[in-house]
Amino acid sequence: MGKLIGWIDDRFPLMKMWNEHLAEYYAPKNFNFWYFFGSLALMVLVIQIISGIFLTMHYKPDAELAFASVEYIMRDVPYGWLIRYIHSTGATAFFIVVYLHMLRGLMYGSYKKPRELIWLFGMFIYLALMAEAFMGYLLPWGQMSYWGAQVIISLFGAIPVIGDDLTLWIRGDFVISDATLNRFFALHVIALPLVLIFLVVAHILALHEVGSNNPDGVEIKKNKDENGIPLDGIPFHPYYTVKDIVGVVVFLFFFATVMFFFPDGGGYFLEHANFIASDPLKTPEHIAPVWYFTPFYAILRAVPDKLMGVGAMGAAIVLLFFMPWIDRCKVKSIRYRSNIYKINLAVFVVSFVVLGWLAMQPVTSTITMLSQVFSLLYFGFFVVLFITSKNEETKPVPDRVTE
Amino acid sequence: MKKQILTLILSVLPTFAYAAGGGVHLDSAPIDTSDMESVKRGAKHFIDYCFSCHEAGYMRYNRIARDTGMTDAELREELIFTTNEKGEPTKVGSLMKVAMTEDYARNVFGTAVPDLTLTARARGADWVYTYLRTFYSDPYRPTGNNNLVFPDVGMPNVLSSLQGVQKAVYKTETRQGVEVETVDHLELAQAGSMTAEEFDVFVTDLTNFMVYLAEPVQNERKSLGIKVLIFLVIFFVLAYMLKKEYWKDVH
Repeated sequence: MGKLIGWIDDRFPLMKMWNEHLAEYYAPKNFNFWYFFGSLALMVLVIQIISGIFLTMHYKPDAELAFASVEYIMRDVPYGWLIRYIHSTGATAFFIVVYLHMLRGLMYGSYKKPRELIWLFGMFIYLALMAEAFMGYLLPWGQMSYWGAQVIISLFGAIPVIGDDLTLWIRGDFVISDATLNRFFALHVIALPLVLIFLVVAHILALHEVGSNNPDGVEIKKNKDENGIPLDGIPFHPYYTVKDIVGVVVFLFFFATVMFFFPDGGGYFLEHANFIASDPLKTPEHIAPVWYFTPFYAILRAVPDKLMGVGAMGAAIVLLFFMPWIDRCKVKSIRYRSNIYKINLAVFVVSFVVLGWLAMQPVTSTITMLSQVFSLLYFGFFVVLFITSKNEETKPVPDRVTE
Repeated sequence: MKKQILTLILSVLPTFAYAAGGGVHLDSAPIDTSDMESVKRGAKHFIDYCFSCHEAGYMRYNRIARDTGMTDAELREELIFTTNEKGEPTKVGSLMKVAMTEDYARNVFGTAVPDLTLTARARGADWVYTYLRTFYSDPYRPTGNNNLVFPDVGMPNVLSSLQGVQKAVYKTETRQGVEVETVDHLELAQAGSMTAEEFDVFVTDLTNFMVYLAEPVQNERKSLGIKVLIFLVIFFVLAYMLKKEYWKDVH
């Protein structure tokens, strides 16, 4: 075994990479619950790619055949139903895990110097993931696939001058059709997964270059022993590999519970209307996006003007990219920051969740009014943060991690 | 032409808000998806009463046989009454298609007849159960009947020989200051061949079959799920002990 590895090492940096990224990558020893979600996101990506490959073997990207081919997978392909539910539940799981992972970053200031690029790569992953999920949702070719895509693509039509031509270019036809299905299939199974994998590699390389943040927001590289090993660091492997396995098992327990007992998620993960084959002449009563897009959809609906609404929805995402520069406080972790920051972040999280709920409700004047209030609170987070963070009253940050 | 279709689609776009749906009370369907005898009875009802017009085009006959414990011979005897284009009996592995064309259906019913494979998943079991029991006579409709959960439905009341004919009893309600007539409840005007209780059992079996039809794998899914969860619990104990062992020297 040693000889074989030696042979490989003479030709390829196997042990070097193993050590750099696992056995001699020193991570802070005080990671808490919130630090499971990064490795879980990576695992869900792998689950989606593998289950996706098997779905591709049986799915037909053809407007005449697509819907029936999904039912063929559900009924005639051995364990096809299992693969399909893994993939559909995986989409929801991906967003839950990514949202919690992002919240962790906000709480512990993981986007701050020197980790700005990690955050930016992460935001691009999130963007690519939204595109990936949106295009994947068209493929079952049910009513919600069709009309949801119709609504979202039409948003691009709000852009002045080029809007109409742009939507035409995206669809490849005057309506959503076989041409749209084919190109979305290509993007969903090849282009975007490649982009995602590239970005994930960049995200992890950048992380391993500067080292992980931690719940105290302390730079562990400032305190090293005589061998240059951080005093508060422990090798990722085996310590965090064995710890993350526990996280993986707990996660899989929830995942399996949904997949085997609530695969539709009460109509939120697989929408009821998507069990009806797409029909360009029949608009469903209620077109709601899948749950993970709903907070942004609520912001879109809250603004009466379509162009302004699309702009607000875009801004809601774009602002997150600028977090490293909007937050001007030197202290990273929420543990040592002011009550203003704590309340501000709490309001932000609550508005995000409430907006998600509001978008699933039928429009009434009350719902619209509430959407406007919570949209303002959502944007208020960034404004308040920018203003208060510069001279924020913070608590003293310890030199070493506290646990 | 394409421009017109586009205009048409864009004109209905704003309805993605929500068009308030009827909001009729749905009776809870007393079904048990693990009761395969009930599913089997429901399959026969489905073939007898629904399947001449509606197809279940994503489902194969012999899947029903496999899941309800029928042999191919029993399947041919009890559920397959059709032939293919050459006049040979439909094969047991065929998809459950019907001969009626969409054009014919549009002529006769004014609308295409929907495929029923996934209806129970799209609409829910309670909807199916309530829909099948709430037809009432309405002389203003071409079929002579109407339905509480699906107003102005194109489908004739094919179960009236069993259920009898129901008529609507109206009440006057004031809605936003306007007096409107609404259906208060239905009552039997003319008896059918079944009592109300017998008919409810009939519809329950039929609904049970349609829920099965929408996702034939559901019983297998749940039983596999329990095994997976038990495995994960055991795996958790091992993983947790392993983590504890390694982390002893960290703190």
